[in-house]
Amino acid sequence: MAETIKLEVARYSPERDAAPRLETFEVPYRKDWVVLDALNYIKDKADGSLTYRWSCRMGICGSCGMMVNGEPKLTCATFLADYAPAPVRVEPLRNFPVIRDLVIAMTDFMQKLQRMKPWLIRKEEKPVSEGEYLQTPEQLDLYKQYSMCINCMLCYAACPVYGLDPFFSGPAAIALAQRYNLDSRDQGAKERFTTLSQHEGIWGCTFVGECTEVCPKHVDPAGAIQQYKLTAATQWFKSMLLPWGGK
Amino acid sequence: MPQQQSHLRLEPLLWTLFSAGGVVAAFFLPVHIFLFGIAFPLGWLKPPAYSSLVALVSHPLVRIYLFVLCSVPLFHWAHRFRYTIYDGLQIKHLNEVINFCCYGCAVIGTLVAGYLLWNIH
Amino acid sequence: MKSHVPAHSYTPYHPKWYRKRVSTYWWLESWAFTKFILRELTSLGVAYVVALTILQIHMLSHGPEAYAGFEDLMKNPFIIALNVISFLLVVYHTITWFNLAPRAMTVRVAGKRVPGFLISGPNFVAWLVVSAIVAWFLLRG
Repeated sequence: MAETIKLEVARYSPERDAAPRLETFEVPYRKDWVVLDALNYIKDKADGSLTYRWSCRMGICGSCGMMVNGEPKLTCATFLADYAPAPVRVEPLRNFPVIRDLVIAMTDFMQKLQRMKPWLIRKEEKPVSEGEYLQTPEQLDLYKQYSMCINCMLCYAACPVYGLDPFFSGPAAIALAQRYNLDSRDQGAKERFTTLSQHEGIWGCTFVGECTEVCPKHVDPAGAIQQYKLTAATQWFKSMLLPWGGK
Repeated sequence: MPQQQSHLRLEPLLWTLFSAGGVVAAFFLPVHIFLFGIAFPLGWLKPPAYSSLVALVSHPLVRIYLFVLCSVPLFHWAHRFRYTIYDGLQIKHLNEVINFCCYGCAVIGTLVAGYLLWNIH
Repeated sequence: MKSHVPAHSYTPYHPKWYRKRVSTYWWLESWAFTKFILRELTSLGVAYVVALTILQIHMLSHGPEAYAGFEDLMKNPFIIALNVISFLLVVYHTITWFNLAPRAMTVRVAGKRVPGFLISGPNFVAWLVVSAIVAWFLLRG
């Protein structure tokens, strides 16, 4: 039984178009197919010029984030069966510049992430001869959730503040800063505080909460940001009331 | 960006006021507006007599309660409304005017409430 | 180092990258966004109730006739309508505030994270208790 489903895919070629337009493709409908399978079918059989990012096809690399019917999704984890028989609209991730078709420029995210110093900061590195850093399961539990981030940027597409405010650092960057702040091996909380709290990094967030809703790895960036606001506020009061407090 | 830096230094304080105001508003405002704004005027419940209210308000603890009720939630409104205007109307470039108006109103409200409660006989 | 100009709002070397302007009505594009703006607009209800309370205190301090004037104002149907709307807004604030609180503050007991409803639940109970206490003070005489 030749069942098919329509895919409306955003096409944009900077040499040719002023703005993206939707092109409709008819794709075989298989119950176990995901949107990524449909895109691969289109590229294989219908239009080889369709351009999009994908890699692991199992929800861990974070490459295939796109807007499916207006919602940010990993196309490798979004089943056609959930949308059939209606047409499925696939567009590039919102709030990012579109380079071509479904590919976006993620430079802004990468810059903001880097400013968070997402690595363990130590005042002094422990020499190898002294052995490993030890961490109890309870200490791991404090930050584990935030370490699950796959940098898929679905949260950035979901965040209205990120779309409106160029200075806002965004959910994933702040959640990853928290991942390191809360890691018992890390000593860089003060360094990150300077970046986060003083460059409008976090204060633009109004706890819309959509970032947490769309996160495929249940990182809860919204929670991380609110907790960080509390930490930053406490730090601020401490520095105001105890200016002689040690560095 | 000196303008941005100066109010960013205050941002943690403003957020703390917003949070505190949110807590006070959440716990106490519903019962106040329900009683004085709906139940008493519509006659569902017997309103307190003028003399009882004056007796209540003359108590210093009640005055402190009312002062907190009428000051901190205003800062909650100011902070929240400021960001709603930024994001809703996309006029963040007018942030200095908006900040001045919002927090200014909150400060004025606090001063008025403080003055009234201090001078009740 | 680099000047603080975010890459995604200014692309001098890539004029052909397509940037979609965020619509003024972005908050109508999804129910989640609309609910969010509604939640934020509850702050207007908060401001209204505080303004009303300040007015009430002012009238109270100006004698029984002035306060009777305030009570008459409250009976005005237009004001009652505003009061009902504000009441709904303020209650929506309370509900959303207590539901969001556990996400902003992680409470850990014996190394395990306390589930959200165990934080918001007691807050709701405390709200009812506090409201009952305030009501008791006002209704007893």
